[in-house]
Amino acid sequence: MKQFLVFIKKEWLHIWRDKRTLFILFGMPITQIILFGFALSNEVKNSKIAILNPSKDALSAQITEKINASRYFDLVKEIKTNSEIDLVLKSGEVNSVLVFPNNFEKDFNHNGFNKVQFIADASEPNTATTLKNYMSNILMDFQKTKNPNAVNPLQIKTEIRMLYNPQLKGAYNFVPGVMAMILLLVCTMMTSISIVKEKELGTMEVMLVSPLKPFMVIVAKAVPYFFLSMVNVVSILLLSVYALELPIKGSLVLLMAESMLFTITALSLGLLISTITGSQQVAMLISLVGMFLPTLMFSGFMFPIENMPLPLRTISNIVPAKWYFIIVKNVMLKGLGISGVLKETLILMGMTVFLLVLSVKKYKIRLA
Amino acid sequence: MFYGINVKQTMNELAIKAEKLSKNFGSFKAVDEISFDVKKGEVFGFLGANGAGKTTAMKMLIGISTPSSGKASIAGYDIYNETEKIKRNIGYMSQKFSLYDDLTIGENLRFFGGIYGLSRPDIKLNTEKVLNRLHLQKEKNALVKSLPLGWKQKLAFSAAMFHSPQIVFLDEPTGGVDPLTRREFWDMIYEAAESGTTIFVTTHYMDEAEYCNRISMMVDGKIEAMNSPKELKKQFNASSMDEVFLDLARKATRTGD
Repeated sequence: MKQFLVFIKKEWLHIWRDKRTLFILFGMPITQIILFGFALSNEVKNSKIAILNPSKDALSAQITEKINASRYFDLVKEIKTNSEIDLVLKSGEVNSVLVFPNNFEKDFNHNGFNKVQFIADASEPNTATTLKNYMSNILMDFQKTKNPNAVNPLQIKTEIRMLYNPQLKGAYNFVPGVMAMILLLVCTMMTSISIVKEKELGTMEVMLVSPLKPFMVIVAKAVPYFFLSMVNVVSILLLSVYALELPIKGSLVLLMAESMLFTITALSLGLLISTITGSQQVAMLISLVGMFLPTLMFSGFMFPIENMPLPLRTISNIVPAKWYFIIVKNVMLKGLGISGVLKETLILMGMTVFLLVLSVKKYKIRLA
Repeated sequence: MFYGINVKQTMNELAIKAEKLSKNFGSFKAVDEISFDVKKGEVFGFLGANGAGKTTAMKMLIGISTPSSGKASIAGYDIYNETEKIKRNIGYMSQKFSLYDDLTIGENLRFFGGIYGLSRPDIKLNTEKVLNRLHLQKEKNALVKSLPLGWKQKLAFSAAMFHSPQIVFLDEPTGGVDPLTRREFWDMIYEAAESGTTIFVTTHYMDEAEYCNRISMMVDGKIEAMNSPKELKKQFNASSMDEVFLDLARKATRTGD
């Protein structure tokens, strides 16, 4: 036990002395959260809109005002003719145009309903879809305030409800993604690099000749990175709760426990990488290409897995981050308990055991 | 005595005994039935060209590689069943410089003392001894990377000797250092040997071979010659160890790596 503590102390010194890496390790989650949360948000704010309103009546003016007041749209232009629509969209002056018909209010009062046309620049499809949703919400909302008791049995309306993320906040999706990425980076990459570094230095040999048990060497290497990861998880959660105002709906204990599980998965991956490589560069390359890219692509964080063709969807199943991503989403955003994420938890556990057994086996073979 | 060990010793006790020790990698015989004895307190030189099997043989002796066949004992312990006891009683200095650059001299020594389970007062005492011996008292808190290579090498040797092992294995310890530092390094080896530590050393430098009590020459996985440098020169009718080495190494059919 004493030897073990001596070893961990040494590992701490390594990490502590390497200020640059330390800075990256702690700075990265914070930067990423801030970057994704505020700069790279797929939320659309203050999108420029033009309005074509030949009616010029009170009702259309009220709607126009409501649109302009929302944080999603910014009324920059009023156009007069239909031919101008194409022009303003093409020039990029606006991203969308709202067209009122003639005699808007009169027809509305007469028929009990009326239509407006919303034209969006769909060269950026995601933005266009988002704008469309915003516009429907605003109009629906307006209708309700205008006529709260109106029941029209003949009217069929589709009501879209965005569950769990009613404001369509971008943050909801990327927080679990950033957590998965950071944990992989800290645990898998840093652990494999630090073990391989000892091999390169020749100190690994010296340690294997010493009475230290090989398994102890590995565990001692993993412990500091495990704690670093936990610090990172906590700082990401604090940031998302207080800076991004993203609530943790489920149990915090469960969330931490699942994060620990995934950390161990990532550590065993790092261990496996370190047993099959001999140089720090190769370890880094494998961690980045073999872990980081699949995490980005197949965890559902950047691209929805449901839309992928079957072979890719199958591949995504072997990416541990995918399961962790689902778990965090379910616990944090939907507030599910352990029964809701049991399948994913068991899969992660299975993966961890498999990776650990494989790497311990490999490690022993190398000693022979 | 500088490391403060108390090994009861008689010169005819054996530190290392190897009998027909072999290591095969598939059909390749890296080490082919080598047999030799090393007495306690002896400085034993283990020589051979690159690829002759020196490092493989040494790895078997220090317990990080399992032999394919043959017998060997280190400090009286069997290399198959008693590796844990062997590990407590040997020191090892690897070919690569094996200290941590980003730790201070004191931290390095504390670490190597710590993994051998030395107590805190012992570590402190031994650290002072090492610093005094190397005249590095002022540099105790300097990072190892700030030291010149020669000092690092001497420090690495001190680290290998830190837990007062009975036998110390040195794998080409003086690679890349200047002749003066090599000389000083060998002074340290002699000091350790005089205090009863057995030295098992591989080297490329034939002038260093002359410093050993006895040397063995490995060619193609086999020990081709083993004796004191003086006897070997007589046997091969050579004026220096260089000639002995060349004479033997020419027989090699394997090429070095």
